Amino acid sequence: MYPMAFTREGDKIIIKDLNGGQGIVGRLVDMGLNVGSEAVVVRNQNTGPLIVSVKGSNIALGRGLAMKIFVDNVR
Amino acid sequence: MKYEIALIGNPNTGKSTIFNSLTGLKQHIGNWPGVTVERKEGEFNYGGFKYKVVDLPGIYGLTARSIDEKVARDYIVNEKPDIVVDIVDASNLERNLYLTLQLIELGANVVVALNKIDLAEEMGYKIDVKKLEELLGIPVVPMVASKNIGINDLKNVIDKSVRKKPTEIIYPNFEPYILKLIDILKQDDDLAKRFNLKYIAIKTIENDKYVSEIVKNSKIYDKLKPVMDEIGNELNKKYEDAELAIAEERYRIISNIVNSATIKKGGELTISKMLDEVFTNKYLGVPILITFLWMAFNFTFNVSDPFSGIIDMIFGWLGDFVKANMGEGWLSSLLADGIIAGLGNVLVFLPPIICMFFAFSYLEDSGYMSRAAFVMDKIMNKFGLHGKSIIPLVMGFGCNVPAIMSARTLEDEKDRILTILVNPLMSCSARLPVYVVFAGAFFSAYAGSVIMSMYVLGVVLALILAYIFRKVIFKGRPSHFVMELPPYNKPNWKNIFGNTWERSSKFLQKAGTIIFAGVVLVWLLSVFGPTGYMGPEALENGELLANSWVAVLGHALEPIFSPMNWDWKATVALFFGFIAKEVVVGTMGVLYGTGEDQLTRALTGAFDPITAYAYMAFVLIYMPCIATVGVIKQEIGTKWAIFSVLYGLALAYVVALLITIFGKLIF
Repeated sequence: MYPMAFTREGDKIIIKDLNGGQGIVGRLVDMGLNVGSEAVVVRNQNTGPLIVSVKGSNIALGRGLAMKIFVDNVR
Repeated sequence: MKYEIALIGNPNTGKSTIFNSLTGLKQHIGNWPGVTVERKEGEFNYGGFKYKVVDLPGIYGLTARSIDEKVARDYIVNEKPDIVVDIVDASNLERNLYLTLQLIELGANVVVALNKIDLAEEMGYKIDVKKLEELLGIPVVPMVASKNIGINDLKNVIDKSVRKKPTEIIYPNFEPYILKLIDILKQDDDLAKRFNLKYIAIKTIENDKYVSEIVKNSKIYDKLKPVMDEIGNELNKKYEDAELAIAEERYRIISNIVNSATIKKGGELTISKMLDEVFTNKYLGVPILITFLWMAFNFTFNVSDPFSGIIDMIFGWLGDFVKANMGEGWLSSLLADGIIAGLGNVLVFLPPIICMFFAFSYLEDSGYMSRAAFVMDKIMNKFGLHGKSIIPLVMGFGCNVPAIMSARTLEDEKDRILTILVNPLMSCSARLPVYVVFAGAFFSAYAGSVIMSMYVLGVVLALILAYIFRKVIFKGRPSHFVMELPPYNKPNWKNIFGNTWERSSKFLQKAGTIIFAGVVLVWLLSVFGPTGYMGPEALENGELLANSWVAVLGHALEPIFSPMNWDWKATVALFFGFIAKEVVVGTMGVLYGTGEDQLTRALTGAFDPITAYAYMAFVLIYMPCIATVGVIKQEIGTKWAIFSVLYGLALAYVVALLITIFGKLIF
């Protein structure tokens, strides 16, 4: 389990743990990033926000937030 | 008999398009998440019944973390519409149904409008609508709203469903707890009458703030509390976090529904992917954004130029015609010197304003704006702003009023107030007339660069002030950045032209009302003085004009601005500019004379390049116009509205003074 910020573009990941306070976690869940959902990292340029594709939509996430979302690789 | 229906859905599902098709009303349609924030209403007739349609904001959930979500939830809970039409993006079914499930929980009578099925098919999804209806237990209407397909079916289904009982949703893992809570909740008649108890029970388990308050005020709270605690303990042991557990349960059910109702062949939108490869690139993203803005400005100035010339000519001719044919009376002067001169100088700017609104509507409609937020997030953060702040800021180049309203997509209160406070520094199209007149008169060879420098000055000041306000007033960091990037759209010209027209017509309305009243007021104050009516000669004769009320006002204000060397006429123009910044030019038109030539000659007498540049900067900064102050008050309260006026005045004075001092030192 490691922070989403450390993923690479093209990685297939599964969301394991969400942190960062109730408000933001709820928002992530509303947008389809619940624990257990699978996503693909579309953009991670090691600076600025990330883009992940989840449940058919592209979601941009700030880098700070991506440090608080823990994921695992899906093989 | 009149029924009330509400439209709801995730952002970018085509809700506004469906609203327009249902009601035939024209209104604003954008493309970045959360654009329809106001409550919009319309009507249609079907099958002998009248239907009132209420357009709710685009939202992802109903927990009410943002104003948008609160607006939507409160409306459905309190006003209980007969039908809630949930617009679901077929190409993004799983995420969209999350809101649908929450609507069913609320006890709403839901009809699903399954929009964008063409896009879903393009992406390789095949949706079995019958099966979906069966599994959700509610009617589903397949549609392609952008091509007007399915609107009539939707009306038909609304008509059929309006007297139906809402369906119920079962969460197998939580049903025992929910039933236990309902058993106690139903002992409170008042609660049972006002709410769907299942909703209250689910939200109690989720620890929802709004529902907790309701439950706390109920007479059965003493009985409920121990049961709530017991359930809470049990669930926390089982799931770690009860709120997230219910969310997962919803997604589990949705996943089952989607799996049995769709066939997916896989595939994605290659064009959007390719564009994003470039537009969100860490090196190319910002230069591309700047290029687009630069193109928008160039388009604005170059395309509009000949049209402005024509309007200027027409008003010049009108003024001469009135003077030649109506004699020297007061009516002729009111018409020619007041209304035609004042309005003419303002209406010349209708073409660039239309062009600018068109350019921004195009950027919005294409889906690019959310990418702008993406690439600017890091930079905005450095200045204490949020990535999404860029959208209101860019919109501010058009008009600060809708720009400030669009800041509602910022969920965090501090981020939002900060974004709103610096927004007036983004130079709106109303300030353009002032720059054009002055730049033309004093910097003709470099007019373009001088005008551009005003925009840059505004942006730089906005960033600096954001940084200072964040450090001093709103301590802490901007909230986390989360935003959906919708697929790029082929330009929908109907939306873009409609949008441009709606915004431009607001300018025309303003010209016809506030600006009109403003210039008439200036004329009246010019031909009257403490000694009484002086006649229209006052406008021709400097000595007479010096005895008018405007002069009294101007001379009273003049000492304040004496360090900048502005004459009393310029000072008065600033005073009236508070009504709307276009009035600055309108006032000058009345006081200095009609037409660009005459005004230019008069101005070169009253200013030199340095004082003119300082004056331009002052107009940029000094205070938001009445409409903007009003919308600031509406959005974040009187205190901040007053603050924005005061800091604007102070900053404008300091900047104008610095320009004058350093200008004189250097040149």
